[in-house]
Amino acid sequence: MFKDKAIKGVFVGMASTSIFIMLLIFVFLFKEAFPFIKHPGLSSLLDMKWVPVSFQQERFGLLPLASGTCLITMLAMLFAVPVSFFSSIYIAEVARPMEREILKPFIELLASIPSVVLGFFGLIVLAPLIKSFFGLQSGLNAISGSILLALMATPTIISVSEDAINSVPSSYKNASLALGASRVQTIFKVVVPAALPGIIAAVMLGAGRVIGETMAVLMVTGNAARITANPLESVRTMTATIAAEMGEVPFGSTHYQALFWVGIVLLVMTFSLNVFSQKILKKYGAFK
Amino acid sequence: MVGQEFSNNRAIEVNSLNFYYGDSQALFDINIAIPRKMVTALIGPSGCGKSTFLRTLNRMNDIIDDVRLDGRIMVDGDDIYDSKMNIVTLRKKVGMVFQKSNPFPKSIFDNVAYGPRIHGTKSNSQLAEIVEKSLERSGLWEEVKDRLDDSALGLSGGQQQRLCIARALAVQPEILLMDEPASALDPRSTTKVEDLIGELKKDYTIIIVTHNMQQAARDSDHTAFFYEGRLVEYDETSNLFTNPKEKQTEDYITGRFG
Ligand SMILES: Nc1ncnc2c1ncn2[C@@H]1O[C@H](COP(=O)(O)OP(=O)(O)O)[C@@H](O)[C@H]1O
Ligand SMILES: [Mg+2]
Repeated sequence: MFKDKAIKGVFVGMASTSIFIMLLIFVFLFKEAFPFIKHPGLSSLLDMKWVPVSFQQERFGLLPLASGTCLITMLAMLFAVPVSFFSSIYIAEVARPMEREILKPFIELLASIPSVVLGFFGLIVLAPLIKSFFGLQSGLNAISGSILLALMATPTIISVSEDAINSVPSSYKNASLALGASRVQTIFKVVVPAALPGIIAAVMLGAGRVIGETMAVLMVTGNAARITANPLESVRTMTATIAAEMGEVPFGSTHYQALFWVGIVLLVMTFSLNVFSQKILKKYGAFK
Repeated sequence: MVGQEFSNNRAIEVNSLNFYYGDSQALFDINIAIPRKMVTALIGPSGCGKSTFLRTLNRMNDIIDDVRLDGRIMVDGDDIYDSKMNIVTLRKKVGMVFQKSNPFPKSIFDNVAYGPRIHGTKSNSQLAEIVEKSLERSGLWEEVKDRLDDSALGLSGGQQQRLCIARALAVQPEILLMDEPASALDPRSTTKVEDLIGELKKDYTIIIVTHNMQQAARDSDHTAFFYEGRLVEYDETSNLFTNPKEKQTEDYITGRFG
């Protein structure tokens, strides 16, 4: 009896530790960000410009940063999702064992490339290509950043959705084939629908990685804080802003506090993404 | 072998069939003619090749890697392993019900409508008609007609198996292959499925693998006894059970092994 209780205690302790740490992070963020509420006030976060250092007027609008993050994330997912979707189907359902043995380590390798190295690749190879392809003055823009991020998200999405596809019971496939369905029909009408919750979770995970990524975007997006929907313009993301400015900002200054607000908004964004994907999983996970 | 009385009424004719998984041979020189619109039971101890044989008849072995087959299988006079054979046509004609019920994680309606949709039926009224007919045929209609949109996974084990039978019937097969369809069910559901098989044989040629000797004796017209990949004896069920010609058959049906 005592042993049971002790073990239970350990588990409860572990679980509450992670919740505690999570809370601690929130408390810490708010503590640093708090004075900003009194001066210059929360409404200044809604400014259309982010000009944290200025002799005339400092401006701390988060919108350009948030819109940069959104644009980059959506573009990256636009590239990554179709590629990953079809690759995972190919690897799980179509590829011969030989092909699988080559493809899977290759994808894992892609996942293990440090993002600085990818950023380097983006700077030296990708950006010049984009520049000459679109005839721009600079290749450091949203599209370069999102292609790099797509490269980073793809391995995650592929391997998680491949797992989801593999875990579809073969009895479903057999039933479909025995009814005279072709392999393609079986894949798209039985296997993919059955694996869909897992595939959605994979996409959400990939999106999470894209939103949180710093290094690569810092190196190739051009870092101009502006609101735009044009993939060929430079943008700046929330993570890149924090990474670039945190080192130089005077401790406790308004700018310093504003950066903490950036962090809070980022946290809220990824948190909602998680909650949202949990909701989707709940709704479609078990067929009603 | 069974006499010539149904020679021009054969649904399936198998000649010198050998089947291999890689290097290991699972079926040896099988010759059998299966009569139309009757129930043929396949019996024999576990691992003797009953399922393998059943799957050669709708080419479901094709999806297993590294298998090989020689000999000839004619269904309705067509050589089903001929390169000109359309596998979709074959599997429409030869339906299959599996040992463990395997409804899709879709609604009851969508399960039954799956086959017809795959084969091009688009009209909703037509689909509804097929679904109702098939469910009626499998004795499930009264139980599920008010909840066709509910998940099939919410049905009981016996209902799920009858749903799978309805799903197979919905593509209008001529032949039904059943691999121990009642072996995973409780006794009451088993009775229901067995009664259903008795009903269906009026319209379909049924080949059923069973472990249950009573079921084979009661429900089938002909019985084939397999042992170690060979067809040992094939006869009218009443003959095979009362007057087996082979010693191995006798040992098996009297429960001395297997
Ligand atoms: N997918 C497979 N791969 C390799 N060997 C198999 C496979 N399926 C069945 N076998 C082998 O073939 C033989 C016959 O099996 P099976 O047809 O399942 O027998 P039964 O249905 O009579 O129990 C067994 O020895 C079994 O191990
Ligand atoms: Mg078997």
